[in-house]
Amino acid sequence: MSDATGSSGEPNRADAAAPPPRSLLFRLRFVIPVLVFAALAIIFAFQLGRQDDEHSRDLPSALLDRPMPDFALQALPGWSVGLTDEDIRAAGISMVNVFASWCGPCRVEHPIWVEYAKQPDAVPVFGLNYKDAPENATDWLKKLGDPYKQIGADQDGRAGIEWGVYGVPETFVIDKEGRIVLKHVGVMTREDLDKKILPLIAKLKG
Amino acid sequence: MSAELGHYALILALVMAVVQTTLPMVGAARRDALWMGLATPAVIGQFVFVSMAFACLMHAYVVSDFSVMNVAANSHSDKPLLYKFTAVWGNHEGSMVLWVWILAVYGLAVAAFGGNLPPTLKARVLAIQGFIGAGFLLFSLGTSDPFIRLDPAPINGNDLNPLLQDPGLAFHPPLLYFGYVGMSMPFAFAIAALIEGRVDPAWARWVRPWTLLAWCTLTAGIVLGSWWAYYELGWGGFWFWDPVENASFMPWLMGTALLHSALVAEKRDALKSWTVLLAILAFSLSLLGTFLVRSGVLTSVHSFASDPARGAYILGFLVFVIGGSLALYAWRAPALKATGTFKPISREGALLLNNLLLVVGCATVFVGTLYPIVLDAIDGSKVSVGPPFFDKTFVPLMAPALLLTAMAPFMAWKRADLGGVLQRIWLAALALAGAIALIYATHGGPIGPAIGIGITAWLFVGAIVEFADRLRLFRVPLAESMKRLAGLPRSAIGTTLAHAGVAVLAAGCIAGSAWRTETIGVMKPGDQATLGDYTVTMATIGEEPGPNYSAVVAEMRLMKDGELIDVMYPSKRFYPVQGQQTTEAAIRTSFMSDFYISLGDPDEASGGHGVRLYHNPLVPWIWIGAVVMVLGGLLSLSDRRLRVGAPARARARRAERPAEAGAGSKAS
Repeated sequence: MSDATGSSGEPNRADAAAPPPRSLLFRLRFVIPVLVFAALAIIFAFQLGRQDDEHSRDLPSALLDRPMPDFALQALPGWSVGLTDEDIRAAGISMVNVFASWCGPCRVEHPIWVEYAKQPDAVPVFGLNYKDAPENATDWLKKLGDPYKQIGADQDGRAGIEWGVYGVPETFVIDKEGRIVLKHVGVMTREDLDKKILPLIAKLKG
Repeated sequence: MSAELGHYALILALVMAVVQTTLPMVGAARRDALWMGLATPAVIGQFVFVSMAFACLMHAYVVSDFSVMNVAANSHSDKPLLYKFTAVWGNHEGSMVLWVWILAVYGLAVAAFGGNLPPTLKARVLAIQGFIGAGFLLFSLGTSDPFIRLDPAPINGNDLNPLLQDPGLAFHPPLLYFGYVGMSMPFAFAIAALIEGRVDPAWARWVRPWTLLAWCTLTAGIVLGSWWAYYELGWGGFWFWDPVENASFMPWLMGTALLHSALVAEKRDALKSWTVLLAILAFSLSLLGTFLVRSGVLTSVHSFASDPARGAYILGFLVFVIGGSLALYAWRAPALKATGTFKPISREGALLLNNLLLVVGCATVFVGTLYPIVLDAIDGSKVSVGPPFFDKTFVPLMAPALLLTAMAPFMAWKRADLGGVLQRIWLAALALAGAIALIYATHGGPIGPAIGIGITAWLFVGAIVEFADRLRLFRVPLAESMKRLAGLPRSAIGTTLAHAGVAVLAAGCIAGSAWRTETIGVMKPGDQATLGDYTVTMATIGEEPGPNYSAVVAEMRLMKDGELIDVMYPSKRFYPVQGQQTTEAAIRTSFMSDFYISLGDPDEASGGHGVRLYHNPLVPWIWIGAVVMVLGGLLSLSDRRLRVGAPARARARRAERPAEAGAGSKAS
């Protein structure tokens, strides 16, 4: 575009010889790409720096060590019960896993939950199905297994906002009093579960 | 022994790359023929040493040398030989070696076929390629050495992720890398041109075939990945807007734009700084694709390496390469002057508008992929962007782009008559209206997909009509048309094929997303399930052993109108070494639709198995369209004018210019 408009009156010369008078504004347009990139690079660097931090994936949650928000979610079609904060409070020490069928990483961590739920000493894991089409979610669970004690369908993401969900997957650890004690963002790896989550749960159990 | 040899070869390759990037660059500045000439032997040396390293790594895999950590982590002695080969690039370290090797191949191509390039341009192009090579070799040796030994060596390996043990995915990364790395060619030419302060039609002629080659391989690589996701993930879908898919799609969109703006730069000597910018951005996005996949900034199914040290290195490298080249652009591009002027309604104008649509489309994908990270970094607010975002932003942008794609070839350079164009394209307009009406009448429902199919019909018919116009088909005797066909440049046929292929592919994507039907249930032998007109009966289900997995295979009888039309064998594999399962969907494909069966988990309560049935209309068109697009690209690439014309032209530019430019614009 710049060529077409900027040089319409220029003499026919291919090589850059005598630079014609160009306005500052004309030159400025060519600087935009590098400025945009610089802004992006700073953000990336910032993000990378946070990853170096060991606890980077436990993003500070405004809700940390505070009671979980009040909410009530409907059941997925075919499931008999939905999910409310009362259900979680009644269960004592537990976990809440935010998932969606459209989310690739959720699929990666899912076998870990299915396996965990089979452990005899496992605490209840509640599912918060985030911004998902209910039929996709039920297909997904039928196919990959359902490790959740109860699932709430958060179709419009309202409960997600209450919980401060940053993205899916995300996992919260809840203590006896119904307070959020840990928020884990991103895929739950076996290592995360064994080295971080389970010791914390053991400690909560006392 | 081979591991040490490979490691040493990589170090030598790095030395060669450093020579390749420094001496010719200085030589070009000082017009020193000897120093510039050093580029060629350095390129050959780099190619030889990287090939040697690659061969050593491959050897370690083929003989299952588990004393090499990389082999132990990603291979297993029971694995079929094909996957021992492909496991070489099925992991982070090996894929970096493949990256550098492909770069060396491209470098070799410049050295071999660039005999007629102006010597300073050739030296600078090779120097820039050398710099990228050096950067990646340093990365490989410093943070991702594939040749680290294990002591003691394990008895057997960890096996390759079973999802990657598949013919589709085996060749997806190399093709994708040929595309990614191929974008380094226009990039190197763009940077060299900025240093020289000159972009002329000969330059564009050089850039175009390399961009086209990269575009063809990238197209093939992306579609192969999509095809793999389709039959292997067992969800019946072909595109998930996953960050890694997006990472390969962005350079494709940019590359498509570049291909067309380079055409304008070549034929009309316009859009020069724009072409240079697109070349820089296309390669930057290729690098970013590598960054996104490798650094752990984003997590996804595909990311097999998450390591902050690697991320920090790549970020530094990206900042230097992309930031540096954009800074160079800001400094030098204002001096690039175009001689070709044009009216808004002209072929240049149409190509430019489509360029903008592609770039904005690419920007929406970029935003949708990176927005969550960026917003969180700024103020910690938490957002999630799923496929709904892309459906609402990217898809509407592509509709006018496809409309324009059909029109641009009808338009004259410099100044076109819109009324005349519409007059010639009336048949396509008829197809547009007809398709919308027909689909709305038969399917009803939301009008969006019907309009989408209408637009693809417009593009397809438009491409065919334009081609028929060239042959003056039905207006002159058939023999005369045939004679015209023989005389047509291959690039013109390639354009028609590529545009028609886009139409077919887009129709497949639209129909496959809009009118997919599915049935999910639990089945035991003897059970029946229905989907539309089809009935599926599970005949048997049983276990079958494989080389490094055990499979559960079902025999499913597909009936339509009471007649048996196919027996299908969907299966589920369990890979004990990695403890993972994969789904092998059974797909019965016809030209118009796929019938798709995937086997789920056993249902303990009923003793049956989960089964998912899909009917995916027009999905085969996606693969057909992609093949046609790539064929069109390759046909263009084989055009004599691209192969021979460029060097001949560069040599005798001044003498030939007026005559050839005239002929060129008439022919295409």
